[in-house]
Amino acid sequence: MNIVNILEEIEKVDAEVYERLNPRRAAMKQFFNFGSKVAVAAVPLALGSMFKKAYGQTSTAVAVEEVLNFALTLEYLEYYFYQKGADTAGLIPAGSPAVGAINTIRDHEQAHVNLLKTAITGLGKTPVAFTAGQFDYTAKGTFPTVFSNYPTFLAVAQAFEDTGVRAYKGQAGNLIGTPGVLQTALQIHSVEARHASHIRQMRKAPAGGGVSALKPWITGANDSGVPQVDPVYKGEDNLIQGGVNITSLGFSTNASTEAFDEPLTMAEVKAIAGLFIR
Amino acid sequence: MKNSLIEPQENPSQGSDILNASFKRRSFLQYAGAGLAGVALIAAGCKKEQVSHDMGEGVDLGSGDIGILNYAYALEQLEAAFYAAVIQNPYANMPANELALLTDIRDHELAHREFFKAALSTKAIPALEVNFSSINFSSRDSVLGTAKVFEDLGVSAYNGAGKLIQSKEYLLLAGKIVSVEARHAALIRDLLENGSFANSEVIDMNGLDKARTPKEVLTMAQSFIKTTINASSLPS
Repeated sequence: MNIVNILEEIEKVDAEVYERLNPRRAAMKQFFNFGSKVAVAAVPLALGSMFKKAYGQTSTAVAVEEVLNFALTLEYLEYYFYQKGADTAGLIPAGSPAVGAINTIRDHEQAHVNLLKTAITGLGKTPVAFTAGQFDYTAKGTFPTVFSNYPTFLAVAQAFEDTGVRAYKGQAGNLIGTPGVLQTALQIHSVEARHASHIRQMRKAPAGGGVSALKPWITGANDSGVPQVDPVYKGEDNLIQGGVNITSLGFSTNASTEAFDEPLTMAEVKAIAGLFIR
Repeated sequence: MKNSLIEPQENPSQGSDILNASFKRRSFLQYAGAGLAGVALIAAGCKKEQVSHDMGEGVDLGSGDIGILNYAYALEQLEAAFYAAVIQNPYANMPANELALLTDIRDHELAHREFFKAALSTKAIPALEVNFSSINFSSRDSVLGTAKVFEDLGVSAYNGAGKLIQSKEYLLLAGKIVSVEARHAALIRDLLENGSFANSEVIDMNGLDKARTPKEVLTMAQSFIKTTINASSLPS
């Protein structure tokens, strides 16, 4: 085993490997001293331990920052969407309860933006910054009437909310080492689910599009009636939870999929959000 | 799953007809109709197993992740029993859309309950006895008002318990359930007062839902549960 070769291999994918190891000079020294005393078979183990020391802590910090900036991007996407909707005359039926509902949701998204910015700054990191003009809510022409047709506006809103729920759910595991951040993320996660529930009810109403089959919960894979948002619901028809097939417990397929919301990976969410970013 | 907790059911046929079996139980009819103070919650398979626990100590939820899963199982038992009673004995003039939505919620809560029972297997706490004497099942206000309390409480319970879970898999499972509870909560709130799905009663100035500790949740839930629950071994 040649440690220099290993470091050179790592350098190909991580140019900063020497800098990472540098602050841990004591660990390096310890490792090299080890060499004469430790059986060759034990060296890989010692090496793994050394890299864990070099990478362990920083990789955790990066993960949390990455999750929070990812969440912040989604919150910006939602906030400017509702802001634009609320500001567009004639879009949301004036004098209807929809006005208050959209304002409530917008205010929550704005609060999430502010909270996440503060959290990221608190970590000593830089929050991502977006302006309204950076978002294209037509999704490059897929929803050309998003701000002129109320049912379309609500359909896109539903996709955003259900995506948000799935996005936070998918990141919870990455926050397990930071309990305070995890709890905050969960407290946002359930708010997005409340929004999704209400938006779905709004779409059922005649003015909202009269999507009468829609429920406040997700039934199967893509119950939205909008095939363009299939990726938002990919995998929501899962029936197996923790190795248990829920239908085997005596429940219908619909109930089994509704009772459990599914996560999306960061990459899947980024692919969806990317459609709306210029 | 790697953890031995989640293992195939010892008796897969046991829960095969849980819905029908449960609702045929005379005890359900009894308390739904007559408002008994507390009636045994019948578990999967409908064995007439009497909850046997030391009254002094109560049912011990256990420690670590098992304890948290049992804590969730206890809350799901409470919700499932409640909605089963609601559908068994619908309030006067329940509109068709409300019957459909509440039936869905009942099925979701039963699915959660049966999932935890199957997943916990031999480590599951026994069936709890509920106490619904304060609920007037013939009154829409009473039923939906109670549903609102249970759903908001459930959301805050999962939100507060997440950080106590050590396993990523269990944290994800809790996450899969809590958002469904939040969807329920929002719907129930809208049925009571349209637009109250996420009002300032439950969402704070930072746009955050509530998070409660197991102790806070169990204190609030205990008046609906006859069985004494011992949460002293739960992580905190």
